[in-house]
Amino acid sequence: MTTTGAAPGTPLIVSSRFEVLDAHTLDGYKASGSYEGYAGLRAALARSPQQVLDEVKDATVLGRGGAGFPAGTKWGFCPPGVWPRYIVVNGDESEPGTYKDRVLMERDPHQLIEGCVIAAYAIGAAQVFLYVRGEMAHAQERIAAALNEAYDANLVGRNILGTDFSVDIVLHWGAGAYIVGEETALIESLEGNRGMPRLKPPFFPAAKGLYLKPTIVNNVETLSNLPWLMNNGATAFKEFGSDASPGTRLIALSGHVNRPGVYEIPQGTTTYRDLFYDDAYGAGIRDGHELKMFIPGGASAPWFFPEQVDIPLEGRVVGAAGSMVGSGAVVVMDETTDAVRACLRIVRFFARESCGKCTPCREGTSWEEMILRRILDGQGRPSDIDALLDVADNISPGPYPVAAHPEAGLEAVPFPPRQTTICPLGPSSVAPITSAIRRYRHEFEAKITKRESIPVMAAGAGG
Amino acid sequence: MSRFTPENEQLAREIVARYPRPKSATIPLCHLAQEQDGYLADDAMTHIAELVGVTPAEVLGTASFYEMFKRKPIGKYLITVCTNISCQLLGGEELLEHAERTLGISSGSTTDDGLFTLEDVECIAACTEAPACQVNYRYQHRVSHDDFDQLVDDLREGRRDEVPAHGTLARVRQQLGADRIANITPPEAQDQPVWITRHEREAQSSGTAAGGGS
Repeated sequence: MTTTGAAPGTPLIVSSRFEVLDAHTLDGYKASGSYEGYAGLRAALARSPQQVLDEVKDATVLGRGGAGFPAGTKWGFCPPGVWPRYIVVNGDESEPGTYKDRVLMERDPHQLIEGCVIAAYAIGAAQVFLYVRGEMAHAQERIAAALNEAYDANLVGRNILGTDFSVDIVLHWGAGAYIVGEETALIESLEGNRGMPRLKPPFFPAAKGLYLKPTIVNNVETLSNLPWLMNNGATAFKEFGSDASPGTRLIALSGHVNRPGVYEIPQGTTTYRDLFYDDAYGAGIRDGHELKMFIPGGASAPWFFPEQVDIPLEGRVVGAAGSMVGSGAVVVMDETTDAVRACLRIVRFFARESCGKCTPCREGTSWEEMILRRILDGQGRPSDIDALLDVADNISPGPYPVAAHPEAGLEAVPFPPRQTTICPLGPSSVAPITSAIRRYRHEFEAKITKRESIPVMAAGAGG
Repeated sequence: MSRFTPENEQLAREIVARYPRPKSATIPLCHLAQEQDGYLADDAMTHIAELVGVTPAEVLGTASFYEMFKRKPIGKYLITVCTNISCQLLGGEELLEHAERTLGISSGSTTDDGLFTLEDVECIAACTEAPACQVNYRYQHRVSHDDFDQLVDDLREGRRDEVPAHGTLARVRQQLGADRIANITPPEAQDQPVWITRHEREAQSSGTAAGGGS
């Protein structure tokens, strides 16, 4: 079973039922904290939709999908008087390193459903579409069962809890495409099309989304915060985390740590050092090895290095330092890691998952993969490092976000990158390239000029 | 193979009715067809096109974008090994190579007995449980080479009841028939929801703001 939860004495908002075995059933949900079940929904229904919206705005619930945009502000972007409005729940978790929405959907589906219903009440949604990643069969089963129970208990559907408020939640599965996690691609997919992103503007979902009607796309974790928020209020919510990033976040800590797991941390105050070395979280780099580098927020994020470990997991601070907290996926790499091989694997991911709509991404990511492959295979050419950076520059022009390198006298380039593409997928492929070349150029050069073997990753499965 | 059976056609019609526009049911119906046949057959796509009101080419156009839809029969068990970064760091690529040796096939192909298809996949959201793989989208966490061999043996001997044949995802269906659905109004005909209207009216009469940003 996955290690989950928060450090002792730290808050639990969304992960409070992770270790409760039957929390996925309505009885289990009722018995473990949510008085009578769906107490947050009852609290919301006792207020006006505007009051619920104000509470969410006041709490500054930042989107937990990756972009970190405040949910309440997003909701407020729906143009007045334009109906219907739809809610689409983004459960298409696919960013490499990210493993938190799946835990929320498998272990606490009622918390998510309750969050969906609260959001639908506040926004005035005609329907909610819950888009779950296709590969997550267990999450689909858990949510389907929970929805059936919630409908039976009059918590979803017609005249919810005897009020004039009615909304359906339709469970919808994806079918294997990373790009569908991008909100406009998600909407295309939900309309029955190939999942290719739409141009913004004009297709900002809050104005022109599903069926070109106002649509709010929210991440699973974002909505899972709402029941607690309705029960405890914005003031209590803001007691956790920092002023700019209130509340908590689920962080998936993976790679070369002794204790990988999904941890709920106060947002903005916990540092990467806490996460890696605290016994409540990572409990140190595995087997006495040393930290070489880490990905601070999903495969799309530029890498950090030992100099950056004291940075807190806070959007603005990490952004200024050249990367992003993104989807809360932290991947730790020790000194046995081959920077070129790790770089190639992430680039290959973006090359495979490019939807092909924009030329710089479709062609560029394939070239990046090809060049990196031949460098790794000992077939690299002296011009290959420049060629890589040149291809990268066509996808994301100008200085690309990167961490500071004090020893070399290089300063950080702040996030986000520029892009010649519709969505950020292509520019994300540049992150590992510029990060690895800036810091470990000698590893690339050694492979090219000396055909030299560089430390190879430890083989064999993890324990 | 194969159009929907009468039972599945009825279920397909129920699924179509959940969406404001029928075409939105394309992907769910492709999953249903794959559950019925183990893959997405041409005749099934024709039937889906009839049910959602598009051409068969449009169904194919959508389905061919998504990796999970297989247009030819594959093994009864699809084993997908993750080699993305978190798994790579802990032996995911070595696990894939081991799987190739154990099954005697290269990634992307099917064993002669039609039991196993092997693929290397992108991140499956089991990063803290690396290296990970799935069998017909059922997770296997922290898989050692011995664990993998045991898994293959078990599947061969039919000892893994929790893994249905390829094509079946969730075995629990959402019950959302016409008797239960609250709102299937097409987007054009949809007006301001009644509870928003009521709160606006109440707010006007009491002089405070209400109405969900409307």
